[in-house]
Amino acid sequence: MSHPANATEFLKDQAKAKWHDETLWFVRDKRDRISKTIPEWETLRELASQIKDHVLANLGSYLEDFERNALKNGIHIHWATDAEEHNQHVLRILQEKNCKAIVKSKSILTEECHLNPYLEKHGIEVVDTDLGERIVQFLNQPPSHIVLPAIHLKKGEISDLFHEKLQTEKGNHDPTYLTQAARIHLREKFLGAKVAITGVNFGIAETGEFVVCTNEGNADMGVHLADVHIACMGIEKILPRRKDLGVFLRLLARSATGQPITNYNSHFRSPARGKEIHIILVDNGRTAQLAREKFKNSLKCIRCGACMNTCPIYRRSGGFSYGSTVPGPIGSILSPGLDMKKHSTLPFASTLCGSCSDVCPVKINIHEQLYEWRQEITKTHGEFGKGLSMKLASGIFKSPLAYKISGSLMRSALKTLPDSLIYHPLNTWGKSRNLPETPKETFQQWYQKNRS
Amino acid sequence: MVSKEQIMSSRERILSAIAGVPSESKKLPEIPAFRLAGDLEELFATAIMGNKGEVLSKEEFEKWLPTMHFSKVISLSNHFKTHSTHELPEDPHELEDLGLAILEGQLGVAENGAIWMEDSNLGLRALPFITEHLAIVLDRNKLVETMHQGYDLIGNASSGFGLFIAGPSKTADIEQSLVIGAHGAKSLRVVLI
Ligand code: SF4
Repeated sequence: MSHPANATEFLKDQAKAKWHDETLWFVRDKRDRISKTIPEWETLRELASQIKDHVLANLGSYLEDFERNALKNGIHIHWATDAEEHNQHVLRILQEKNCKAIVKSKSILTEECHLNPYLEKHGIEVVDTDLGERIVQFLNQPPSHIVLPAIHLKKGEISDLFHEKLQTEKGNHDPTYLTQAARIHLREKFLGAKVAITGVNFGIAETGEFVVCTNEGNADMGVHLADVHIACMGIEKILPRRKDLGVFLRLLARSATGQPITNYNSHFRSPARGKEIHIILVDNGRTAQLAREKFKNSLKCIRCGACMNTCPIYRRSGGFSYGSTVPGPIGSILSPGLDMKKHSTLPFASTLCGSCSDVCPVKINIHEQLYEWRQEITKTHGEFGKGLSMKLASGIFKSPLAYKISGSLMRSALKTLPDSLIYHPLNTWGKSRNLPETPKETFQQWYQKNRS
Repeated sequence: MVSKEQIMSSRERILSAIAGVPSESKKLPEIPAFRLAGDLEELFATAIMGNKGEVLSKEEFEKWLPTMHFSKVISLSNHFKTHSTHELPEDPHELEDLGLAILEGQLGVAENGAIWMEDSNLGLRALPFITEHLAIVLDRNKLVETMHQGYDLIGNASSGFGLFIAGPSKTADIEQSLVIGAHGAKSLRVVLI
């Protein structure tokens, strides 16, 4: 399904859609407030951006440094060109350890590689231990947001789910009660797992260590109780120096949830006595993205989710409407690189208002890349583009609600339209202190130009 | 199954794909020593509170401790040696019923409440996570302003494991309502000495 069609689906439950919109706006607002308490905020963003640019320009040598130092520290390194190879590495390690059940903390990369279904097919029980991820796993859903995996669900739904899966009291919606039930359930899984999988937030070339950030402590609960820790890492996660973490840890949690730092920031350098650490370095389309001059700096992303929280389309259409592992503005520039045909509508799921670029802690020019993808999709693939504009037209213009939304979100319209078009007051935009730049082209202009 | 040869070739394939991308040189910037003005102890305590932890004096902590009637306490802090009821086990799984761990931190960051600890402070890496409650003893002279000063102090000193811990285990995954005690410690008390 195309993004407009999915968005229409999401908007059917208007009360929930409104809640989704407002809640993410609240998170965005928290980010704004905390960023303003740091006088050097903009300098930090600039530094982070420059550090990442430098890494991308020297990625090969930094990866080799990282590998050499990690090996010296007694860490096993594996390389994977694609998702399939990544999954095979994981499975092989599990089979060597005779391991049938694992715990896994949040890793967008393993989602991208569809690791869970792969392992389950081979008879391995995978338990996602981040609370939000466990919730969506119970529902056989992917996360709808990279930082807030279950943001599309209301507590009543989670209560019903836990009643069924964890035998909690029917009708008890209390988040504390429900979290406690999950704690007891997952404790047992932590104590029983021989192998634990985590993602990686940052890998440090000069030390060969890697850093994992959580608030729940689930990554650490898993790995410190298990014998083997497998860390799945995209090759773009490298930072040159340990002190670069000072910049990135200051930006990450503030951008993500508006908190000054995540409560647990673990630096893994060598395994504890008698234990093993494996790192799988994954390409899966990253070197191809690196080769696309216009899009390479999408690889600077640190997965904070700020661009999702601020995006008027994301907030009002939900993460699932994108149909890609990473949703939202950043997902819309990463996904076409992986499969342009499948994700052809995503670069159009934007008003090009530029708010995403304004909040991005590593200063990715997200909205400009969205624009570039539109050109790419329509021009280089003429035939394909024609089909696309029809698809967009039938998706958006046939559905009055979706049309209203896409229409009301157009940049030019935003400034002038009254608060009445949709449920959400448009002055949401007025609240934003990071004023968007004027887009190069509105959707309507684009549509006019490309519809024939 | 993947053979050793394929593993080698994947590494080569990735590195040569990267080498094939033309790139202009981009300078690695130096990081200025950003400072933080104000009373470090006050800022640190406010930050810890914001992270849902608590800062106490030694006296306050000693008053609180007996009220909890912990049956299992492990203290690795020289300041509270006598409070241990159990020795550190070999196997972290035996810590499952641990009520309180008292550990020492190396430094605290005033801007966000983050406290740095390494293997030498932890005994077992699982300890600060698996314990039901956590207390960290910190020298008040070891407070620094921002993360930059924090990393300056840590330098590249090598510990197999190190972490910045800034509060108790928490989650907001159910409708964004904050709940303390997701998987790890349900509380964090920082005792400033
Ligand atoms: S693109 Fe920027 S704002 Fe979006 S998730 Fe990545 S780092 Fe965060």
